[in-house]
Amino acid sequence: MDDTAGQANFDALMAADSRVEPRDWMPEAYRRTLVRQISQHAHSEIIGMQPEANWITRAPSLRRKAILMAKVQDEAGHGLYLYSAAETLGTPRDEMMEALIAGKARYSSIFNYPAVSWADMGAIGWLVDGAAICNQVPLCRASYGPYARAMVRICKEESFHQRQGFEILLELSRGSAVQKQMAQDAVNRWYAPSLMMFGPPDDDSPNSLQSMAWNIKRFSNDELRSRFVGMMVEQVEVLGLTLPDDQIRFNEETKKWEHGPLDWNEFKDVLAGHGPCNAQRLERRRSAHDDGAWVREAAAAYAAKQQAAVAA
Amino acid sequence: MSGWPLWEVFVRSSRGLSHVHAGSLHAPDAAMALRNARDLYTRRNEGVSIWVVPADAIAASDPDAKGSFFESPQGKDYRHATYYTQSEGVKHL
Ligand SMILES: [Fe+2]
Ligand SMILES: [Fe+2]
Repeated sequence: MDDTAGQANFDALMAADSRVEPRDWMPEAYRRTLVRQISQHAHSEIIGMQPEANWITRAPSLRRKAILMAKVQDEAGHGLYLYSAAETLGTPRDEMMEALIAGKARYSSIFNYPAVSWADMGAIGWLVDGAAICNQVPLCRASYGPYARAMVRICKEESFHQRQGFEILLELSRGSAVQKQMAQDAVNRWYAPSLMMFGPPDDDSPNSLQSMAWNIKRFSNDELRSRFVGMMVEQVEVLGLTLPDDQIRFNEETKKWEHGPLDWNEFKDVLAGHGPCNAQRLERRRSAHDDGAWVREAAAAYAAKQQAAVAA
Repeated sequence: MSGWPLWEVFVRSSRGLSHVHAGSLHAPDAAMALRNARDLYTRRNEGVSIWVVPADAIAASDPDAKGSFFESPQGKDYRHATYYTQSEGVKHL
Protein backbone atom coordinates (compact mmCIF):
# COMPACT_ATOMS: atom_id res chain seq x y z
CA MET A 1 0.00 0.00 0.00
CA ASP A 2 1.52 3.38 -0.91
CA ASP A 3 1.62 6.26 1.57
CA THR A 4 -1.38 8.12 0.18
CA ALA A 5 -3.61 5.06 0.26
CA GLY A 6 -2.12 4.11 3.62
CA GLN A 7 -2.80 7.50 5.12
CA ALA A 8 -6.38 7.44 3.80
CA ASN A 9 -6.90 4.01 5.33
CA PHE A 10 -5.38 5.17 8.63
CA ASP A 11 -7.53 8.32 8.69
CA ALA A 12 -10.62 6.21 8.09
CA LEU A 13 -9.70 3.95 11.02
CA MET A 14 -9.28 7.01 13.26
CA ALA A 15 -12.56 8.55 12.14
CA ALA A 16 -14.39 5.30 12.85
CA ASP A 17 -12.62 5.02 16.24
CA SER A 18 -11.44 1.61 15.08
CA ARG A 19 -8.15 -0.13 15.88
CA VAL A 20 -4.81 -0.13 14.14
CA GLU A 21 -3.06 -3.50 14.01
CA PRO A 22 0.69 -4.19 13.65
CA ARG A 23 0.77 -4.84 9.92
CA ASP A 24 -1.39 -1.85 8.98
CA TRP A 25 0.20 1.17 7.37
CA MET A 26 0.63 3.93 9.96
CA PRO A 27 2.28 7.37 9.98
CA GLU A 28 5.89 7.28 11.17
CA ALA A 29 5.13 9.81 13.92
CA TYR A 30 2.29 7.62 15.23
CA ARG A 31 4.62 4.62 15.34
CA ARG A 32 7.36 6.64 17.07
CA THR A 33 4.95 8.07 19.64
CA LEU A 34 3.64 4.61 20.46
CA VAL A 35 7.08 3.04 20.77
CA ARG A 36 8.12 5.84 23.12
CA GLN A 37 4.95 5.69 25.22
CA ILE A 38 4.65 1.91 25.43
CA SER A 39 8.35 1.32 26.16
CA GLN A 40 8.37 4.05 28.83
CA HIS A 41 5.32 2.42 30.30
CA ALA A 42 7.07 -0.99 30.27
CA HIS A 43 10.18 0.48 31.89
CA SER A 44 7.98 2.02 34.62
CA GLU A 45 6.50 -1.38 35.46
CA ILE A 46 9.96 -2.96 35.63
CA ILE A 47 11.61 -0.20 37.67
CA GLY A 48 8.41 0.06 39.72
CA MET A 49 9.11 -3.35 41.23
CA GLN A 50 12.04 -1.96 43.20
CA PRO A 51 10.49 0.27 45.89
CA GLU A 52 8.20 -2.62 46.88
CA ALA A 53 10.64 -5.48 46.42
CA ASN A 54 12.68 -3.57 48.99
CA TRP A 55 10.06 -4.49 51.62
CA ILE A 56 9.38 -8.15 50.75
CA THR A 57 11.87 -9.53 53.27
CA ARG A 58 10.57 -7.17 55.97
CA ALA A 59 6.82 -7.62 55.47
CA PRO A 60 5.13 -7.81 58.88
CA SER A 61 3.51 -11.22 58.28
CA LEU A 62 3.69 -14.20 55.97
CA ARG A 63 0.34 -13.22 54.48
CA ARG A 64 1.57 -9.70 53.70
CA LYS A 65 4.76 -11.11 52.27
CA ALA A 66 2.88 -13.46 49.93
CA ILE A 67 0.61 -10.61 48.79
CA LEU A 68 3.52 -8.25 48.17
CA MET A 69 5.39 -10.89 46.18
CA ALA A 70 2.31 -11.53 44.05
CA LYS A 71 1.97 -7.82 43.38
CA VAL A 72 5.62 -7.36 42.43
CA GLN A 73 5.37 -10.41 40.19
CA ASP A 74 2.34 -8.84 38.50
CA GLU A 75 4.35 -5.69 37.79
CA ALA A 76 7.03 -7.81 36.10
CA GLY A 77 4.25 -9.35 34.01
CA HIS A 78 2.91 -5.90 33.10
CA GLY A 79 6.36 -4.89 31.90
CA LEU A 80 6.55 -7.98 29.71
CA TYR A 81 3.07 -7.53 28.20
CA LEU A 82 4.05 -3.98 27.29
CA TYR A 83 7.44 -4.87 25.82
CA SER A 84 5.60 -7.39 23.63
CA ALA A 85 3.19 -4.71 22.49
CA ALA A 86 6.01 -2.27 21.72
CA GLU A 87 7.86 -4.96 19.83
CA THR A 88 4.99 -5.35 17.37
CA LEU A 89 5.90 -1.85 16.16
CA GLY A 90 9.27 -3.10 14.97
CA THR A 91 11.56 -2.14 17.86
CA PRO A 92 13.46 -5.18 19.20
CA ARG A 93 13.11 -5.86 22.90
CA ASP A 94 16.87 -5.90 23.47
CA GLU A 95 17.07 -2.38 22.13
CA MET A 96 14.49 -1.16 24.66
CA MET A 97 16.12 -3.01 27.56
CA GLU A 98 19.53 -1.66 26.64
CA ALA A 99 18.20 1.88 26.42
CA LEU A 100 16.83 1.52 29.95
CA ILE A 101 20.05 0.13 31.36
CA ALA A 102 22.11 2.76 29.59
CA GLY A 103 20.00 5.46 31.25
CA LYS A 104 18.72 6.68 27.87
CA ALA A 105 15.06 5.80 28.44
CA ARG A 106 12.50 7.45 30.65
CA TYR A 107 10.14 5.88 33.14
CA SER A 108 7.58 7.26 35.54
CA SER A 109 9.23 9.73 37.91
CA ILE A 110 7.29 8.31 40.88
CA PHE A 111 9.60 5.33 41.19
CA ASN A 112 12.56 7.54 41.98
CA TYR A 113 11.19 8.24 45.45
CA PRO A 114 12.25 6.01 48.35
CA ALA A 115 9.84 3.71 50.24
CA VAL A 116 11.03 4.43 53.76
CA SER A 117 8.50 2.59 55.93
CA TRP A 118 6.13 -0.36 55.72
CA ALA A 119 3.26 2.13 55.50
CA ASP A 120 4.67 3.21 52.14
CA MET A 121 3.57 -0.19 50.80
CA GLY A 122 0.06 0.92 51.68
CA ALA A 123 0.41 4.40 50.23
CA ILE A 124 2.02 3.11 47.03
CA GLY A 125 -0.74 0.55 46.46
CA TRP A 126 -3.51 3.01 47.24
CA LEU A 127 -2.17 6.20 45.61
CA VAL A 128 0.39 5.09 43.01
CA ASP A 129 -1.49 2.07 41.71
CA GLY A 130 -4.69 4.09 42.10
CA ALA A 131 -3.35 6.85 39.86
CA ALA A 132 -2.03 4.24 37.44
CA ILE A 133 -5.49 2.66 37.19
CA CYS A 134 -7.07 6.05 36.51
CA ASN A 135 -4.57 6.61 33.72
CA GLN A 136 -4.79 3.11 32.33
CA VAL A 137 -8.50 2.41 32.15
CA PRO A 138 -8.97 4.80 29.20
CA LEU A 139 -5.91 3.27 27.55
CA CYS A 140 -7.87 0.01 27.20
CA ARG A 141 -9.53 1.85 24.30
CA ALA A 142 -6.29 3.15 22.76
CA SER A 143 -6.30 2.98 18.98
CA TYR A 144 -3.31 0.63 18.74
CA GLY A 145 -4.68 -2.90 19.20
CA PRO A 146 -1.74 -4.63 20.94
CA TYR A 147 -1.37 -1.74 23.41
CA ALA A 148 -5.09 -1.69 24.22
CA ARG A 149 -5.14 -5.47 24.71
CA ALA A 150 -2.13 -5.33 27.04
CA MET A 151 -3.89 -2.60 29.04
CA VAL A 152 -7.04 -4.71 29.42
CA ARG A 153 -4.99 -7.49 30.95
CA ILE A 154 -3.10 -5.05 33.17
CA CYS A 155 -6.20 -3.26 34.43
CA LYS A 156 -7.77 -6.56 35.47
CA GLU A 157 -4.77 -7.19 37.68
CA GLU A 158 -4.32 -3.68 39.05
CA SER A 159 -7.41 -3.50 41.19
CA PHE A 160 -6.00 -6.04 43.61
CA HIS A 161 -2.92 -3.84 43.91
CA GLN A 162 -4.89 -0.84 45.00
CA ARG A 163 -7.06 -2.79 47.40
CA GLN A 164 -4.15 -4.44 49.17
CA GLY A 165 -2.58 -1.00 49.63
CA PHE A 166 -5.81 0.40 50.98
CA GLU A 167 -6.04 -2.49 53.41
CA ILE A 168 -2.51 -1.91 54.70
CA LEU A 169 -3.30 1.75 55.39
CA LEU A 170 -6.65 0.92 56.97
CA GLU A 171 -5.10 -1.56 59.37
CA LEU A 172 -2.39 0.88 60.38
CA SER A 173 -4.92 3.66 60.74
CA ARG A 174 -7.00 1.51 63.11
CA GLY A 175 -3.89 0.48 65.05
CA SER A 176 -1.90 2.35 67.69
CA ALA A 177 -1.36 6.11 67.53
CA VAL A 178 2.15 5.50 66.24
CA GLN A 179 0.89 3.18 63.50
CA LYS A 180 -1.75 5.69 62.48
CA GLN A 181 0.89 8.41 62.28
CA MET A 182 3.03 6.11 60.14
CA ALA A 183 0.13 5.70 57.70
CA GLN A 184 -0.51 9.45 57.64
CA ASP A 185 3.16 10.21 56.99
CA ALA A 186 3.21 7.76 54.09
CA VAL A 187 0.10 9.37 52.55
CA ASN A 188 1.73 12.78 53.00
CA ARG A 189 4.84 11.57 51.19
CA TRP A 190 3.11 9.96 48.22
CA TYR A 191 0.18 12.33 47.64
CA ALA A 192 1.85 15.01 45.50
CA PRO A 193 4.11 12.65 43.52
CA SER A 194 1.07 10.50 42.69
CA LEU A 195 -0.86 13.53 41.38
CA MET A 196 2.14 14.34 39.20
CA MET A 197 1.94 10.86 37.65
CA PHE A 198 -0.75 12.23 35.34
CA GLY A 199 1.86 14.40 33.66
CA PRO A 200 2.28 18.16 33.35
CA PRO A 201 -0.73 20.53 33.31
CA ASP A 202 -2.62 20.65 30.02
CA ASP A 203 -1.17 24.02 28.99
CA ASP A 204 2.33 22.56 29.37
CA SER A 205 1.73 19.20 27.71
CA PRO A 206 2.61 19.77 24.06
CA ASN A 207 2.09 16.20 22.83
CA SER A 208 -1.30 15.61 24.41
CA LEU A 209 -3.38 17.08 21.60
CA GLN A 210 -1.78 14.90 18.94
CA SER A 211 -2.17 11.81 21.12
CA MET A 212 -5.82 12.63 21.57
CA ALA A 213 -6.29 13.14 17.84
CA TRP A 214 -4.79 9.69 17.34
CA ASN A 215 -7.18 8.15 19.89
CA ILE A 216 -4.26 7.02 22.02
CA LYS A 217 -5.13 9.36 24.86
CA ARG A 218 -8.80 9.83 25.66
CA PHE A 219 -8.72 12.42 28.45
CA SER A 220 -6.33 15.25 29.25
CA ASN A 221 -3.83 15.08 32.12
CA ASP A 222 -5.72 17.64 34.21
CA GLU A 223 -9.04 15.92 33.61
CA LEU A 224 -7.72 12.57 34.86
CA ARG A 225 -5.93 14.21 37.79
CA SER A 226 -9.12 15.95 38.84
CA ARG A 227 -11.09 12.70 38.73
CA PHE A 228 -8.43 10.98 40.80
CA VAL A 229 -8.50 13.69 43.46
CA GLY A 230 -12.28 13.27 43.73
CA MET A 231 -11.96 9.54 44.33
CA MET A 232 -9.20 9.95 46.90
CA VAL A 233 -11.16 12.57 48.84
CA GLU A 234 -13.89 10.03 49.44
CA GLN A 235 -11.62 7.11 50.19
CA VAL A 236 -9.32 8.94 52.60
CA GLU A 237 -12.30 9.45 54.89
CA VAL A 238 -12.86 5.71 55.11
CA LEU A 239 -9.20 5.39 56.00
CA GLY A 240 -9.60 7.90 58.80
CA LEU A 241 -6.66 9.85 57.39
CA THR A 242 -6.31 13.18 55.56
CA LEU A 243 -4.80 14.33 52.28
CA PRO A 244 -1.98 16.85 52.77
CA ASP A 245 -3.69 19.53 50.68
CA ASP A 246 -6.03 22.13 52.20
CA GLN A 247 -6.95 23.56 48.82
CA ILE A 248 -8.93 20.59 47.57
CA ARG A 249 -12.43 21.64 46.58
CA PHE A 250 -15.19 20.69 44.19
CA ASN A 251 -15.78 23.48 41.71
CA GLU A 252 -19.54 23.66 41.25
CA GLU A 253 -19.21 25.60 38.01
CA THR A 254 -16.82 23.32 36.19
CA LYS A 255 -18.03 20.24 38.10
CA LYS A 256 -14.39 19.33 38.63
CA TRP A 257 -12.21 18.66 41.63
CA GLU A 258 -9.41 21.13 42.22
CA HIS A 259 -6.25 20.74 44.25
CA GLY A 260 -3.41 22.88 45.56
CA PRO A 261 -0.33 23.76 43.48
CA LEU A 262 2.16 21.03 42.62
CA ASP A 263 5.90 21.51 42.38
CA TRP A 264 6.47 20.98 38.67
CA ASN A 265 10.11 21.99 38.96
CA GLU A 266 10.62 19.03 41.23
CA PHE A 267 8.82 16.84 38.68
CA LYS A 268 11.11 17.97 35.87
CA ASP A 269 14.13 17.58 38.08
CA VAL A 270 13.28 14.00 39.02
CA LEU A 271 12.47 13.17 35.41
CA ALA A 272 15.83 14.60 34.36
CA GLY A 273 17.55 12.15 36.67
CA HIS A 274 17.98 14.16 39.86
CA GLY A 275 15.41 12.45 42.09
CA PRO A 276 16.42 10.83 45.37
CA CYS A 277 16.72 7.31 43.90
CA ASN A 278 17.34 7.61 40.13
CA ALA A 279 20.93 6.37 40.29
CA GLN A 280 20.09 3.57 42.72
CA ARG A 281 17.17 2.32 40.58
CA LEU A 282 19.26 2.16 37.41
CA GLU A 283 22.18 0.56 39.18
CA ARG A 284 19.88 -2.13 40.59
CA ARG A 285 18.36 -2.82 37.16
CA ARG A 286 21.81 -3.00 35.61
CA SER A 287 23.17 -5.42 38.20
CA ALA A 288 20.04 -7.61 38.00
CA HIS A 289 20.57 -7.79 34.24
CA ASP A 290 24.26 -8.61 34.60
CA ASP A 291 23.68 -11.12 37.39
CA GLY A 292 21.16 -12.93 35.20
CA ALA A 293 23.54 -13.23 32.25
CA TRP A 294 24.69 -16.76 33.13
CA VAL A 295 21.08 -17.97 33.27
CA ARG A 296 20.36 -16.58 29.82
CA GLU A 297 23.57 -18.05 28.47
CA ALA A 298 22.88 -21.47 29.99
CA ALA A 299 19.33 -21.52 28.60
CA ALA A 300 20.55 -20.58 25.13
CA ALA A 301 23.32 -23.21 25.26
CA TYR A 302 20.85 -25.89 26.35
CA ALA A 303 18.42 -24.96 23.57
CA ALA A 304 21.21 -25.11 20.99
CA LYS A 305 22.30 -28.52 22.26
CA GLN A 306 18.75 -29.88 22.13
CA GLN A 307 18.35 -28.59 18.60
CA ALA A 308 21.62 -30.17 17.51
CA ALA A 309 20.47 -33.49 18.99
CA VAL A 310 17.21 -33.31 17.03
CA ALA A 311 19.05 -32.44 13.82
CA ALA A 312 21.52 -35.34 14.22
CA MET B 1 17.33 -12.77 26.07
CA SER B 2 19.53 -11.74 23.18
CA GLY B 3 18.36 -13.34 19.98
CA TRP B 4 15.84 -15.63 21.63
CA PRO B 5 12.99 -16.36 19.24
CA LEU B 6 9.55 -14.86 19.71
CA TRP B 7 6.69 -17.24 20.60
CA GLU B 8 2.99 -16.59 20.34
CA VAL B 9 1.01 -17.91 23.30
CA PHE B 10 -2.48 -19.42 23.12
CA VAL B 11 -4.41 -20.31 26.27
CA ARG B 12 -7.45 -22.55 26.72
CA SER B 13 -9.35 -21.04 29.62
CA SER B 14 -11.38 -24.15 30.40
CA ARG B 15 -12.27 -27.53 28.95
CA GLY B 16 -14.57 -27.30 25.97
CA LEU B 17 -13.26 -23.92 24.78
CA SER B 18 -10.72 -23.13 22.05
CA HIS B 19 -7.23 -21.88 22.70
CA VAL B 20 -7.23 -18.10 22.37
CA HIS B 21 -4.25 -15.86 21.63
CA ALA B 22 -3.01 -14.35 24.90
CA GLY B 23 0.20 -12.59 23.87
CA SER B 24 3.80 -13.31 23.09
CA LEU B 25 7.14 -13.83 24.78
CA HIS B 26 10.78 -14.62 24.10
CA ALA B 27 12.30 -17.97 25.04
CA PRO B 28 15.23 -20.09 23.87
CA ASP B 29 13.14 -23.23 23.29
CA ALA B 30 9.62 -24.62 23.49
CA ALA B 31 9.98 -26.01 27.01
CA MET B 32 11.09 -22.65 28.38
CA ALA B 33 8.44 -20.87 26.33
CA LEU B 34 5.75 -23.04 27.95
CA ARG B 35 7.07 -22.40 31.46
CA ASN B 36 7.37 -18.66 30.85
CA ALA B 37 3.89 -18.60 29.34
CA ARG B 38 2.51 -20.29 32.44
CA ASP B 39 4.13 -17.69 34.70
CA LEU B 40 3.21 -14.77 32.49
CA TYR B 41 -0.29 -15.55 31.28
CA THR B 42 -1.85 -17.90 33.85
CA ARG B 43 -1.04 -16.40 37.26
CA ARG B 44 -4.73 -16.48 38.20
CA ASN B 45 -5.95 -19.82 36.86
CA GLU B 46 -6.62 -18.31 33.44
CA GLY B 47 -5.88 -21.57 31.70
CA VAL B 48 -5.96 -25.36 31.68
CA SER B 49 -3.83 -25.73 28.56
CA ILE B 50 -1.22 -23.63 26.74
CA TRP B 51 0.10 -23.70 23.18
CA VAL B 52 3.27 -21.88 22.20
CA VAL B 53 4.03 -21.37 18.52
CA PRO B 54 7.20 -19.84 17.04
CA ALA B 55 6.00 -16.48 15.75
CA ASP B 56 7.79 -16.94 12.43
CA ALA B 57 5.88 -20.19 11.81
CA ILE B 58 2.62 -18.27 11.50
CA ALA B 59 1.49 -17.38 8.00
CA ALA B 60 -0.83 -14.39 7.94
CA SER B 61 -3.07 -12.89 5.31
CA ASP B 62 -1.94 -9.58 3.85
CA PRO B 63 -3.67 -6.72 5.71
CA ASP B 64 -3.65 -4.62 2.51
CA ALA B 65 -5.49 -7.29 0.56
CA LYS B 66 -8.57 -7.00 2.76
CA GLY B 67 -10.90 -6.32 -0.14
CA SER B 68 -9.88 -8.96 -2.60
CA PHE B 69 -9.10 -11.64 -0.03
CA PHE B 70 -12.32 -11.45 1.95
CA GLU B 71 -14.81 -10.13 -0.54
CA SER B 72 -16.34 -13.40 -1.65
CA PRO B 73 -18.94 -13.64 1.17
CA GLN B 74 -20.21 -10.18 0.26
CA GLY B 75 -23.46 -10.21 -1.60
CA LYS B 76 -24.03 -13.74 -0.37
CA ASP B 77 -26.57 -12.96 2.32
CA TYR B 78 -28.27 -16.25 1.53
CA ARG B 79 -25.59 -17.92 3.63
CA HIS B 80 -27.24 -16.45 6.73
CA ALA B 81 -30.41 -17.83 8.27
CA THR B 82 -31.78 -14.28 8.59
CA TYR B 83 -31.95 -14.08 4.76
CA TYR B 84 -35.00 -16.38 4.77
CA THR B 85 -37.96 -14.35 5.97
CA GLN B 86 -40.93 -16.29 4.61
CA SER B 87 -40.61 -18.87 7.34
CA GLU B 88 -41.12 -16.28 10.07
CA GLY B 89 -43.58 -17.46 12.71
CA VAL B 90 -43.13 -21.09 11.78
CA LYS B 91 -42.10 -23.04 14.85
CA HIS B 92 -38.85 -24.95 15.27
CA LEU B 93 -37.48 -23.66 11.94
FE1 LIG C 1 1.41 -2.45 36.91
FE1 LIG D 1 0.23 -2.26 40.03
